[in-house]
This record gives sequence, C-alpha cells and structure tokens, in this order.
Amino acid sequence: MTAGSALYDIPGPKALARHRLYAWITTAVLVALVGFVVYKLVDTGQFSAVKWRPFTYQGIQRLLLTGLANTLKAFGWAALASLVFGVVFAAGRLSDHRVVRWTSTLVVEFFRAMPLLVMIFFIFIALKLDPMLALIIGLTLYNGSVLAEVFRAGVNAVPRGQREAAYALGMRKTQVMPYVLVPQAARAMLPAIISQLVVALKDTSLGYLITYQEFLYSGKLIATNLDYDLPFIPVVMVIAPVYIGMCVLLSWSANRIARHERRSPKAKGVTVTTALPEEI
Amino acid sequence: MNVLTDNFSLYGKGLWGTVQLTLLAGALALAVGVLIAGFRVSPVKALRVFGTAWVTVLRNTPLTLLFFAVLLGLPRFGVVLPFMVFAVLALGAYTSAFICEAVRAGINTVPLGQGEAARSLGMTFTQTLSLVVLPQAARSVIPPIGSTLIALAKNSAIAGSFSVTELLGTYKPLNERGYGIVWTFVWIAVGYLIVTLTLAGVFGLLERKLGVAR
Repeated sequence: MTAGSALYDIPGPKALARHRLYAWITTAVLVALVGFVVYKLVDTGQFSAVKWRPFTYQGIQRLLLTGLANTLKAFGWAALASLVFGVVFAAGRLSDHRVVRWTSTLVVEFFRAMPLLVMIFFIFIALKLDPMLALIIGLTLYNGSVLAEVFRAGVNAVPRGQREAAYALGMRKTQVMPYVLVPQAARAMLPAIISQLVVALKDTSLGYLITYQEFLYSGKLIATNLDYDLPFIPVVMVIAPVYIGMCVLLSWSANRIARHERRSPKAKGVTVTTALPEEI
Repeated sequence: MNVLTDNFSLYGKGLWGTVQLTLLAGALALAVGVLIAGFRVSPVKALRVFGTAWVTVLRNTPLTLLFFAVLLGLPRFGVVLPFMVFAVLALGAYTSAFICEAVRAGINTVPLGQGEAARSLGMTFTQTLSLVVLPQAARSVIPPIGSTLIALAKNSAIAGSFSVTELLGTYKPLNERGYGIVWTFVWIAVGYLIVTLTLAGVFGLLERKLGVAR
C-alpha cells in the first residue's frame, strides 16, 4: 500500500468535502453519545460527593493499592511459572521419544481446550486450595500450554537448514537446541510471548470470582458498601483505566519489539514467522 | 457417573445456556467486528480513530471487569435488562475487537490488484470493500475467526458467576445436592468440550469447503 490504501482512490476536492461531512457526522454522533452518557451519569447522581468521597480516605486507597499489588503478585508468579511450564512442555512436544511427546501433547491440548475459569474453580473448590494458589495454578496451566505451543511453533519455524547444518557440524541434540534453534526462535517469539502475558494479566481478574483479594475484588468491596451509596460506576471509572493502562503498556512494548525485530539486521539471515495461537 | 443421569435436565439447561450465549454473542461479535474492521480501513479519519479506540480499549479490558461494569454497573445507571442480554452484550463487544483484528488481517492478505481493479471499474470504497475485498478476505479468515469463537465459548463461563444460566454455574446446585465435586466438574468439562469441538469441527469443514491458502 504505497500511496494511501488500495481500497479507495486518493480523494479529490469533492470526495474530500464528502469525507469531511462524514467526519463531522461521526464526531457529532460520538459527542452526542458521550453527552448523553454524561447526562445520564449526572442524572443518576454518579458524580455525587457521597460516591466519590471514599476515594479520598486513606484506608480505601490502601485497600485499592493492596488489591493492585495482589494482582501484580499473581501475575508475576503466573508469568514466571507459565514460562517454565511452556519451556518444559514445548521441549516435551519436540522430544524424540514417542511417550514423552504424546503425554506432553495430551497435557497441552487438554489445558488449552478447557475454559480457564473451569480449571480455576476446580482447583479452588475440589482441591480446596487457597484462592491465590488456585488462580496462579490455573493461569499457569492455561497460559503455559499456550506458550508451549508458541515455543514449539517458533522452534519449528526456524528453517530446516539451520538444524541440518548444526548436526552436520557434529553438534549433539542437546547442543543444537540451545545454541542454534532457540536463539533464532526466541527473536521471533518475543512479541507473541508478551501478548500472551497480557492475556495472563487480564485473566488475573478472574481471581475476583474466587474471592482472591485482587484489584477488582477491592473495587467490589468499595462498590457494595451502602455507606458510600453503592458507588459502582465511580469504582469502574477508577479501576478500568488502571487495568487498560497496564495492558496497553504491555501490548505496546510487544508491538515495539516486533517492529524493532523486523528492522534489525540480525533478523535478515532467517525470517521466522510463527502462526500465533489465539490470544484472547 | 449418576451425577449426569440424575441431573440430566440441569446439565442440559446449562449446556443450552452456554450454546445460546455462544451463538448470540458470536453473531453480535461478527456483525460489530466486521463493521469496525470496515471503519478501520475507511478513508474517513474520524471513523478510523473510532475503530482503533474501540479495539484498543476492548482488547485491553479484562473480561471480568467488563462483566462487572455491564452487569452490576449498568443497572445502577438506570438500564435494566435481563442478565442474559447483558452477558451477550459484554461477551459480544469484547469478542468483536478480536474479530475486527482478524478481519483486518484478512483484508491485508487480499492482493492489492483486487482493490485496484475494483477501483478502476469505478467502484466506490463501500462497493470495493463489500463486493470485492471482503468476500475474498472471508476465505482466509475462517481459521482465526474459528479460534476466536472457540475462545468466546470458553469465556462464556464467566457469565455463570454473574447469575446467568450456563454450564459452569451448574456446579453450585449440584454441590448443594451433595454430589461428588470431581464428577460434577468432569461432566462440566465434557460439556465445554462438546461445544468447542463442535465449533472446531464446523470451522474445519468451512475451511475445507471455502478456505484458500495465501
């Protein structure tokens, strides 16, 4: 797509005028919508002092910060554990031994196919584990399985010649992987890994459903307090930007790395494209 | 084993709830997703900005937070609808962002010459997109849309915790009736596998019939 898009001609004066009109209509509709929402918010008293005052209390601020810290703690442990899980099971799936390969495939495919929440509930209710542990284990099993697929796809996407050349030099199986294949695959996989971590970060909010004291749960504690006149909307207005901000920051770094990698001269030698498993 | 046979209607209701959520939210997500994808490639900047904002915000919002905001927040706001409708709206809006990205990637796989040829025939942007580019893009986006809809089916489990009738929610009454928790979950898992494997099968079939490799 050199000059603009292939989907439409470069607009002339008439088309430009028409596009301006559309732009005005879009803006007007959006402004009207935002105006209506704000009107409704004011109308239902969402900006009343009673609903916003709790956020000035130190206890409430501490509650929110503890929640945020707990979210980040669960995320950190889950990210670390799922990277390890991913490496182990990717190695298993790439193994030469049939039994190891089949078992790893079964495990990875099973945990990818199960809804994460079902696993978390199972661990929490049937195994009666502490909510934080249940959340971290659930996140690890799911994200670790997806990461195992990412790693496997990355290693398999390294051109076959690289592996063959390494074997021809007399390298052993255990040398080919860490010295030749993984370094090249890692370069291509990094964006996919980070976007999977964004998924893990988003999914820590599932802890709310098993009463883990994370960020959303703290918000719920405030939102259901009758003394503050049930400030649901104010709580969402405070919490949502923080979640979205954290996730956007992570996704943005993934995009930056991807762009950087594409331009890097080191990436010229081999282009490794991975088919990403779904990140959702 | 008799968890299933004793409570067949309860499981059936739950499974039906999951299927309904998946189908309705999937239809909504497809419609909105394709529309927003159209916005994101349109010549009008305001629409492009709107599309980008929609996708960025929804992709980066935890689904639980979205459910929290829609199912518990909106009623305070004066909007009262059945929980099922709220759940479909939340799931559909969330998934539409992913559908949009899949469709946009699909649009980029259509060779440039197709759009150029359509334009040289005098077609407008809407005609080029809807008559020439999208039908061709549709063939290459079948697999990613399939996996997005499977993820949607799995995500619908969250709705159960917000008092919508669906499969995961059935564990609670069963637990109260004193059935073994492990077997309860085994049958719930089987129910989800039925839904996701059916979806995977349907999309596999579609891909074999219509798909093209680009």
